[in-house]
Amino acid sequence: MKTCYINGTGCISTQNTFETDFLSEVTINNTENVIYANQPSYKEFIAPAASRRMAKGVKMGIAASSKALKDANLTMPEAIIIGTGMGCVEDSEKFLKSILDNKEEFLTPTSFIQSTHNTVGGQIALGLQCKGYNFTYVNGAVSFETALLDAKMQIENDEVESILVGGIDETGTYTLSLHKLINLVKSEEDKPYSVLNSNSKGIVHSEGAGFFVLENEKKESSYALVEAVSLQSSLETEEVSDFIANFLEANNLKISDIDAIVLGNNGDVEFDDYYDISNSLFKNTPQVYYKHLSGEYNTASAFGFWIAANIIKNQDIPEVVSMNALKKEAYSTILLYNQYRGKDHSLIVLKKC
Amino acid sequence: MKVAITGMGIISSIGNNVEENYAALISGKTGISSIENFDTAHAAVIKVGEIKKSNQQLAQQLGLSADNDFSRTSMLGAIAAQQALENAEIKDCNEYRTGLVSATSVGGMDMTEKFYYDYFEDESCRRYITSHDCGEVTHKIAEHIGLKGLVTTVSTACSSAANAIMIGARLIQSGQLDRVIVGGTDALAKFTINGFKTLMILSDTYNTPFDNNRKGLNLGEAAAFLVLESDAMVQKENKKVLAYVSGFGNANDAYHQTASSENGEGAFLAMQKALKMSGLNVSDIDYINAHGTATPNNDLSEGRAILRVFGENVPEFSSTKGFTGHTLAAAAAIEAVYSVLALQNNVVFPNLNFKTPMEEFDLIPQTTLKEKSISHVLSNSFGFGGNCSTVLFSKN
Amino acid sequence: MEALKQELKGKIIEVLNLEDIAVEEINDNDALFGDGLGLDSIDALELIVLLDKDYGIKLTDPKAGKTIFQSVETMATYITDNRTK
Repeated sequence: MKTCYINGTGCISTQNTFETDFLSEVTINNTENVIYANQPSYKEFIAPAASRRMAKGVKMGIAASSKALKDANLTMPEAIIIGTGMGCVEDSEKFLKSILDNKEEFLTPTSFIQSTHNTVGGQIALGLQCKGYNFTYVNGAVSFETALLDAKMQIENDEVESILVGGIDETGTYTLSLHKLINLVKSEEDKPYSVLNSNSKGIVHSEGAGFFVLENEKKESSYALVEAVSLQSSLETEEVSDFIANFLEANNLKISDIDAIVLGNNGDVEFDDYYDISNSLFKNTPQVYYKHLSGEYNTASAFGFWIAANIIKNQDIPEVVSMNALKKEAYSTILLYNQYRGKDHSLIVLKKC
Repeated sequence: MKVAITGMGIISSIGNNVEENYAALISGKTGISSIENFDTAHAAVIKVGEIKKSNQQLAQQLGLSADNDFSRTSMLGAIAAQQALENAEIKDCNEYRTGLVSATSVGGMDMTEKFYYDYFEDESCRRYITSHDCGEVTHKIAEHIGLKGLVTTVSTACSSAANAIMIGARLIQSGQLDRVIVGGTDALAKFTINGFKTLMILSDTYNTPFDNNRKGLNLGEAAAFLVLESDAMVQKENKKVLAYVSGFGNANDAYHQTASSENGEGAFLAMQKALKMSGLNVSDIDYINAHGTATPNNDLSEGRAILRVFGENVPEFSSTKGFTGHTLAAAAAIEAVYSVLALQNNVVFPNLNFKTPMEEFDLIPQTTLKEKSISHVLSNSFGFGGNCSTVLFSKN
Repeated sequence: MEALKQELKGKIIEVLNLEDIAVEEINDNDALFGDGLGLDSIDALELIVLLDKDYGIKLTDPKAGKTIFQSVETMATYITDNRTK
């Protein structure tokens, strides 16, 4: 069985993560309930003639994937696997609104074409002329993790040598207004927003693209290796400890083997108690959180994955993502746990390579 | 390595279960009709493969309360998934490591377009807001069948369900899971009707796959699920195996956002990969269930790809879209059920409405029901974004 | 006719999002597809909607666009002959 290495990364987020060194410039938002991606200039990555019809999500995906490929010194991946909760939601909304407002008349195809969830994966393939395996997973908070699991299986089974994997979501104005209606997004009165010291329901909504090159060989550019991925649709809070314990056991790991845990806390008081393992099982483990930097969206966990990969590569937890003051000399094994509203639970183990 | 299929369920415009679908297929009865369940400006100029049941009737069938928050897409999916489990005689979804992989193109769009503006005025419909999300469509199905394990969703436009079958088979092959329920669901929506209308590929009459005068596709709605199980499970539980998934391949055409390439490159690669994985030769394939949407572009591209793979010896092939219409993300699951039925009953289903061979090549689909010994079926499904998928089904 | 051609150039740039091109850069006889402006089949569908919406011309066969959309000149001629609004 082959091993799955992370050999390149590209990250567009609400922070300037695209053009600077790992978390060298960060700002912490506590006043906005929606935060937008810090987008790079796309000119370098996309010809104007091609970009004129592209949604923001497609552009973010192309730029982040270009960077990941360059980082891994790879020109052509053998497969492309994307995770996205909502796809190019802005174009979906635009097309739907024009159907209703124009009473099904005078509609043009461009926004419909963009609205299919696999537009990002399809456009990256088209740009690279990559004729390999091309998948898109769309399952809320495990969209990215399913893509990762699929890629890991294919690399370990020696079906392909290199895969581009990405998590991507863009904001959509209409969808956001609906999510505000049902209080999925924090209200204005809840300011200042905080992830760890929150006393309000809902989340700070955002967007981003995290892309990774996974390969079956260790290279100079390698960050870490993907040891294990597990998904679980639904759990009660009291089942989390067992879920994690069983997962660790199945992968021959003990709690003490975990050098750091990366948690998906998002400041929603209704559901953050899923992460109470930070006060029990992992009380003595260095803890990392990240959604105060990235905001929350379906594939925000790809940002967490990017953080974890960098922690292993740099052998350091930056102050700004440290949740408890604990540190370790070396970070060889990192566990990631994420869920959204008690659904779509995922566990990932990354190891130093 | 093959993966066993131990159960299947389906609801489409030609039947509410596997038996009804089979009866319609062998009697040549189409499910294409005029649209009745909702108003659209195009009602007079399109035909659809519509399931003639209201949302209320579907909810009743599922035993859902009046204030349920299931989109039509979820309800169709839940009906088909439940049938598949019953067929596989699975009572407890959580007894072994069991997963659910569904496919959908627009998720709960049917509710979003219905309540688009009402959401802001009427609190009672807001329970449907989150039902829009594709993943939520699958969650609802999982909830209904009581499954708590791995749940995920594939969305690669019209090839989605083929890809759900692939990842399901892969999860079993790699030992991640013991059983996976795989398939897809899509309900008719104004969104897709108007979308395909803007691409000018909707036929104003019955769709005619592989016909020289084909005018485009009929959209349809449907859901179908298959239960895949590992060999160990089959042995342990002494399961009856309906058929096997014996190979699969996915490739990207990398040609155009919506159109297929002239020479069917992606389709060619997908079929080749699937054959290679299965270890089968082209001469082993007894029947091709083609994607055959009846758009000018697809049938030409797919036909050329089939000729590239099979050369002079193309086996009997047909598109069953003349029966069901194009059910988008569900299509490959519907056609997986039909492929298994072809294996079980040794029949090739007819390609409806075919009259005139295409001028570009000498390919004539099977137009009548044909009995023949069938050991291996190749099923194609292609989607926007260049997505091309092939799944092989085998008797043994 | 001259005014219609100018109008068309503006509309083509607008509906097809051709941000980098100015009205003056499009000649009446420039090929819109292929080597000229480099438009593709999706643009053709957009132009069909433009004909319907702004000039009341309904095309049912997408292939008909091929001759009509050769250039701004051919488009303007077709519109002049067939417009209903």
